[in-house]
Amino acid sequence: MNAPGVITEPQPVKISALMQFRQSWFYRFILFPLGQILLFILGATVVLTIAVYLIAYILPPPNSRVFVPDAIGRQLASWIINGVSIGFLYAMIALGYTMVYGVLKFINFAHAEIFMVGGIVGYEVTMRLNEAGILADMNPALMVTFMVLTAMLISGTLAVIVERVAYRPLRRAPRLVPLITAIGLSFILQDVVRATMQITRAQFDLVYPTKNIAVYTTPIRFTIGENPVSVRPTFVLIIIAAIIMLVALNYFVNGTKWGRAIRAVSQDQTMSGLLGVNVNQLIALTFFIGGALGGAAGALFGLNTGSVNAYMGVTPGLKAFIAAVLGGIGNLTGALLGGLTIGLIESYLNGFLFFYDSIGLGFRWTDVFVFLVLILMLLFRPSGILGEKVDEKV
Amino acid sequence: MTTLTQTSSRPWYEPLTSPVVLTIMAIIYGVLVTLSLFVVPRTDPLFNLVSMVTFSAFVITPVIFLSLPIKALYRGILIGIALLVIMPIIGIYFPEYLEVVIQICIFASLALGLNMVVGYAGLLNLGYAAFFAVGAYLWGMLTSTANTVFRQNGLILTSNEIIPVMILGAGVAGLAAIVLGVPVLRLRGDYLAIVTLGFGEIIRVVARSLDRPVNWTNGALGLNNIAPVPSQWLTPTAANTIAFLDVNVRSLRVDRVDVVSNNLMVYLMSIALLMLFVYISRTLEDSMIGRAWTAIREDEIAAEAMGVPLLGMKLRAFALGAAFGGAVGVLFSGKQSFIDPNSFLLLASISILAMVILGGMGGVKGVVVGAVIVKLLELHILTNIGLQINQMRNTGTEVLGFNMANLSAELEPTRFKPLIFGLILVLMMIFRPEGLLPAQRRRMEIQESREPNAAAT
Repeated sequence: MNAPGVITEPQPVKISALMQFRQSWFYRFILFPLGQILLFILGATVVLTIAVYLIAYILPPPNSRVFVPDAIGRQLASWIINGVSIGFLYAMIALGYTMVYGVLKFINFAHAEIFMVGGIVGYEVTMRLNEAGILADMNPALMVTFMVLTAMLISGTLAVIVERVAYRPLRRAPRLVPLITAIGLSFILQDVVRATMQITRAQFDLVYPTKNIAVYTTPIRFTIGENPVSVRPTFVLIIIAAIIMLVALNYFVNGTKWGRAIRAVSQDQTMSGLLGVNVNQLIALTFFIGGALGGAAGALFGLNTGSVNAYMGVTPGLKAFIAAVLGGIGNLTGALLGGLTIGLIESYLNGFLFFYDSIGLGFRWTDVFVFLVLILMLLFRPSGILGEKVDEKV
Repeated sequence: MTTLTQTSSRPWYEPLTSPVVLTIMAIIYGVLVTLSLFVVPRTDPLFNLVSMVTFSAFVITPVIFLSLPIKALYRGILIGIALLVIMPIIGIYFPEYLEVVIQICIFASLALGLNMVVGYAGLLNLGYAAFFAVGAYLWGMLTSTANTVFRQNGLILTSNEIIPVMILGAGVAGLAAIVLGVPVLRLRGDYLAIVTLGFGEIIRVVARSLDRPVNWTNGALGLNNIAPVPSQWLTPTAANTIAFLDVNVRSLRVDRVDVVSNNLMVYLMSIALLMLFVYISRTLEDSMIGRAWTAIREDEIAAEAMGVPLLGMKLRAFALGAAFGGAVGVLFSGKQSFIDPNSFLLLASISILAMVILGGMGGVKGVVVGAVIVKLLELHILTNIGLQINQMRNTGTEVLGFNMANLSAELEPTRFKPLIFGLILVLMMIFRPEGLLPAQRRRMEIQESREPNAAAT
């Protein structure tokens, strides 16, 4: 113990090389998020693969002509790639839900429509490029970057407008009120987009012009072992784009002043306001980032499926919400984990249920099973895989 | 000084507010609007536009009677005459008006069911149409001529069993709600909203997929030839009425007596169901359960601290609301005679929610009025504007120098229903969250939460 009033120099803390490395920029913002993504994919894949093999051995489909485990082995690679790319899209939408939930503690139903607007913007961009005659010769990477950035900008701005017009006046209202506003807004957005597109483009289902361009549609073929695998090029684009954005988001939230402010607001709005954080601005920023990620997911989704319409947001929006709950709503890492898991579950189910078609369990039941995941999750672990139980403050 | 002048000077309209004068005025109003329906013939080019106004004025007559400051018995007699005498006669002349009124009654019953969940217990149910679908599918599967498993095994019912099936439908829908509610109702209200939203989507997938290996629902093809409501006994009465009124049946849109009597029977049943639900809602409102719901809605934690069993009470509201939906669904599929998975879109759930919100959550009268307004808007006003625009487009009429023939067909007003429901929800929530005719208690609650120092929660 020092005598009172005597100030001693603080001893320099000895940092091992490993700890030094763990505090380095490269580890925190590149290696760690990438490792996390890889770990989640690996973990979910292993669990699901074991599960389908077990089911295939224990409950083989009656009078099936193929031996299911063999068939699974042949298809597994494409299931995984498919699942990962869809999973990234779900993760990007789920991040929007989870970020808004983090700061405002309510579910933004209109987020599914922000995603939809992203898909429509992507269509408009590709159509305009096509009409200008430069789409076919354009470098795909450049095209996708341009399309995604435009979709991000417009969707993000729309999300901010929505927050300003519809949610901010209601921040103190009873809990039911913003929820009802959100669902109402979601219908308004759907219908406005539908009417606009039907008047300007005179059609309901909007087909991306990339469908006629070989670069975007010719599958990439290779073999793993003896099994031929074919991958749609759009899957590769989705995976690359999603990884770049997720790493950037991780840097933004954990490495910048703005990100720290967002985390502070989500912990305690009043206190962070007192400490000089501009809460309204931060909430708007959160909506912008969530909306931008949703918009990017929408454009990539449209590029992948090739056709979009004003109602495309409902099902992916619901699944992304399930993903957010699965990971633990309010938890950014959880949204990533949940999204990848739901994407993989969906892709596995789509492939696996096909073997059970003879007893009426085709892949049309996939959505029902995914919904069951939500119900079971809420029944047994409502706080999600990575979430903590938070008691309501009185 | 000011108080003196205020009490001494009576407003000029004061004599008009006496109950007798008001009643006479209301009756005169009712007679006039009834007669106004016949003023412009169907063949007139402006019939659609005129009917939009006259029929809307006609439909709100019972609501006006309901607000008269007279004894409940007299009010009841007036409303009874309007609903059971005037409306059926108008329904014979104008089947399309009867259809709108039937839809209003059916959806008002649904809105009362949803009100039990949203209004009384404060739980947001966004998939209410799913429970409605459960009832509709039950009656459909039990009576359709489609090749379902019921037909293959000869388990087919006739029209006469509709009442027991309604009770069964209420039970099955309530059971579905309990199964769905137990995991979800323990959590925050937001989860219920999204789970019911998902359930509303999933129920359609299930209805579409349950056709193999055993055909329960006939899949995407839907169920056709569903048994109608039992109306044979009404046919002679309907025929006599038509003869008495001396209507030339051939000149009407519906020229078969059995169709007329079927429509009238659906109308009577939907009125009866609506009355039953109004009675149940009113009774529950003032019961121990109703007070427990109010307590939960206002402050969940305080309610729990006072010994209100949260899960049990929430489950009761959720299941009872669903049971209302199931019972109405049976009647609905009997009326439609054809249902398929796309009869129960999310839009239906949202339109019911819009009725509850517009009228005022938590009050019986407000919710019924909300249903009248929303359905009138959806089925009558929008449709008639659309018909009128179409007519002008076909004849190339010029309005304010604009040739209607150049108007885009995409601007058909009936296509903008989702937009209108969405606008109702958002605008009401921002400007008048307690609804047009709020329940007293609900209004106090919302005003309280709007005061700045109540922001702690």
